[in-house]
Amino acid sequence: MIELKNIYKIFNQGQPNEFAAVQEVTLEIEPEKVTVFKGPSGSGKTTLLSLIGCMARPTSGRIFLSGREITSLPERFLTEIRRKTFGFIFQQLNLIKGITVLENIMLPAYPNGEKFSAVKNRAMRLLEVLELTPKANSKIEWLSGGEAQRTAVARALINNPAVIIADEPTAHLDTKLSMELVGTLAKFKEDQKMVLIASHDPLVYESKIVDRVIHLRDGKIEGPPT
Amino acid sequence: MEGWERQKNILDFSLSSLLRRKGKNLALVFVYTLLVFTLASVLFFTHAIKREASLILQDSPELIVQKSIAGRQEQIPLRYLEPIQKIRGVQSGRGRLWGYYYDPIIGANYTLMVPEKQTLESGKISIGQGISKTRLVFPGDTMEFRSHDGMLLQLQIQQVFPSESELIASDLILLAEDDFRRLFGGSREYATDLTLRVRNQRELPTIALKIAEMFPDTRIILREEILRTYESIFNWRGGMMVFILVGALLAFIIFAWDKASGLSLEERREIGILKAVGWETSDVLLLKFWEGTIISLSSFLMGIIWAYAHVFFTSAALLAPALKGWAVLYPEFKLTPFIDFSQVATLFFLTVVPYTVATIIPSWRAATIDPDSVMRT
Amino acid sequence: MNSMRKAKKFFFFILTQGIILIFLLAHSLYQIHADQSWLEEKKRMVRDLELTDLCLFTEANYTRHLTQADRHTAFQNSPLALEHFPSGSILLPPEHLKK
Repeated sequence: MIELKNIYKIFNQGQPNEFAAVQEVTLEIEPEKVTVFKGPSGSGKTTLLSLIGCMARPTSGRIFLSGREITSLPERFLTEIRRKTFGFIFQQLNLIKGITVLENIMLPAYPNGEKFSAVKNRAMRLLEVLELTPKANSKIEWLSGGEAQRTAVARALINNPAVIIADEPTAHLDTKLSMELVGTLAKFKEDQKMVLIASHDPLVYESKIVDRVIHLRDGKIEGPPT
Repeated sequence: MEGWERQKNILDFSLSSLLRRKGKNLALVFVYTLLVFTLASVLFFTHAIKREASLILQDSPELIVQKSIAGRQEQIPLRYLEPIQKIRGVQSGRGRLWGYYYDPIIGANYTLMVPEKQTLESGKISIGQGISKTRLVFPGDTMEFRSHDGMLLQLQIQQVFPSESELIASDLILLAEDDFRRLFGGSREYATDLTLRVRNQRELPTIALKIAEMFPDTRIILREEILRTYESIFNWRGGMMVFILVGALLAFIIFAWDKASGLSLEERREIGILKAVGWETSDVLLLKFWEGTIISLSSFLMGIIWAYAHVFFTSAALLAPALKGWAVLYPEFKLTPFIDFSQVATLFFLTVVPYTVATIIPSWRAATIDPDSVMRT
Repeated sequence: MNSMRKAKKFFFFILTQGIILIFLLAHSLYQIHADQSWLEEKKRMVRDLELTDLCLFTEANYTRHLTQADRHTAFQNSPLALEHFPSGSILLPPEHLKK
């Protein structure tokens, strides 16, 4: 379970362009559920996700992961926790060009110090599940939109994380691929993972797999806390 | 062995990363290796020669007396010898006969000498391997010399010095005193210079002073000056060497500059992605370290190996033309592989460290990027 | 394409280079030892023949007999001679002449 207590994230503090991306957010997110953060652009969805996913530190407030406070952990520990707990699917996919699908998928596991063969086996299995096996040794540039999407998904899963965070995953997809993605997210839920999604796509937030929708506006949560 | 696995993994990605620009990076390694090769070849070569000189010239004459008139070296009168030999500390002395002969057939200069021991019969000569190879003359053959008075002198080759002696005797011709005189003329009362053997080394400066007092028209050369000359031969301050060293330095600086001038947008983005998927700052820096080290270490090792093979297995075949100059006759540089390890170490620190550092430093700022940067763009 | 082999390949590459270097080191030691007798022989030749220089450059007298040349020797070859011969630009005048 993830708990946020009175989280603020303020950029450019003390400067004329000071800007509060997230304000006064207090939240409890249940595990093994799909939670969608909905709101217009600039509402702080992305920032909130990055805070939850230990990618950034809040300006003030506290964050707890399964009861353990992570707000003030040093970078090393935070990164390790993030690596092992969270899998990210970015809006822009953010795959690394010039290297193969397989290597892209394995990258998040490199710093773990695991044996290469073990990581490779996991990656191959993911490729199989996502029907990407023939593309294992292809360079990213040669993939279709759907294949790239699935590669990003596989990469998010390589460390077998408990939480999947997806930031506007359907933003650049057509309907067919969007449906595919929602199906993938459903599967995450089946695998008892916590799924956090930021989206303003009705295809996503009106899907039946969604357990909870949190509305954000101007960095604050709208409506009654659930 | 977690740490070790992590190293290997990151190294793997560094290699993938470099292989993305296969052509460019291979060219880089090639040029870098060439640079190390050139530098190392010059270092190995000059050091080996210096060492050899310091070893074999240890028994060169302790004291040599030359006479000069009006800035030109002249024959020295043998009557100088007696008073000099009487100086306290002088063990023995003799008049040395030697000179140069220009052979128009091949355009080479020979050094002619009359030896003290193992004198030759009149009409016979011993020659250096270089002469034998260039003139294609062998024991039993005759060589013709034109004497100072226009006469032709025929001398038969009795012996050719072995090729191992080329470094000191490649252009040498030993002959009998009679033949020397016949060839060059000059009176028997004169010699080219005087060589002295001294009992006590520490008395050398005093003896030199006394000789200078006795005969102000003379010039003294001490053995230690001979040895010191070869110690500083090919020094970095000498002509060509400066160009080579400065050139190499410039090249290294250019490489490092290219690296240090900062990361491209693409590289920055990639580091952002790596951080986003869970790489720490130290992981990213390790990546950059390997990227730099892979190139510089490979180049260094290959350059050194080829340089050694070049200098000691092919007798510095590529350097020889540069050293030949206009000479027709030159020794084959079959050098003994004396290596100065401090030079190798210096070369290592000059080639590997700066390049690697130049790869890491500009990445420092990018490596400390916040992981959420890719999400914010 | 087994991509681990990249790191392994690199290790083998470096290892091979390392082994070659060790071999060269051994060669160097061996050769120095083997050349001792010739070094002694050359030393003897220097002693017996009263030689003063290595035969490196035979173009000009001041490059052939580096140690015997005085300030004027190079000059004697031609009034403009100081770098008349290419080897002159590689060699510095001997230390003792600069005093």
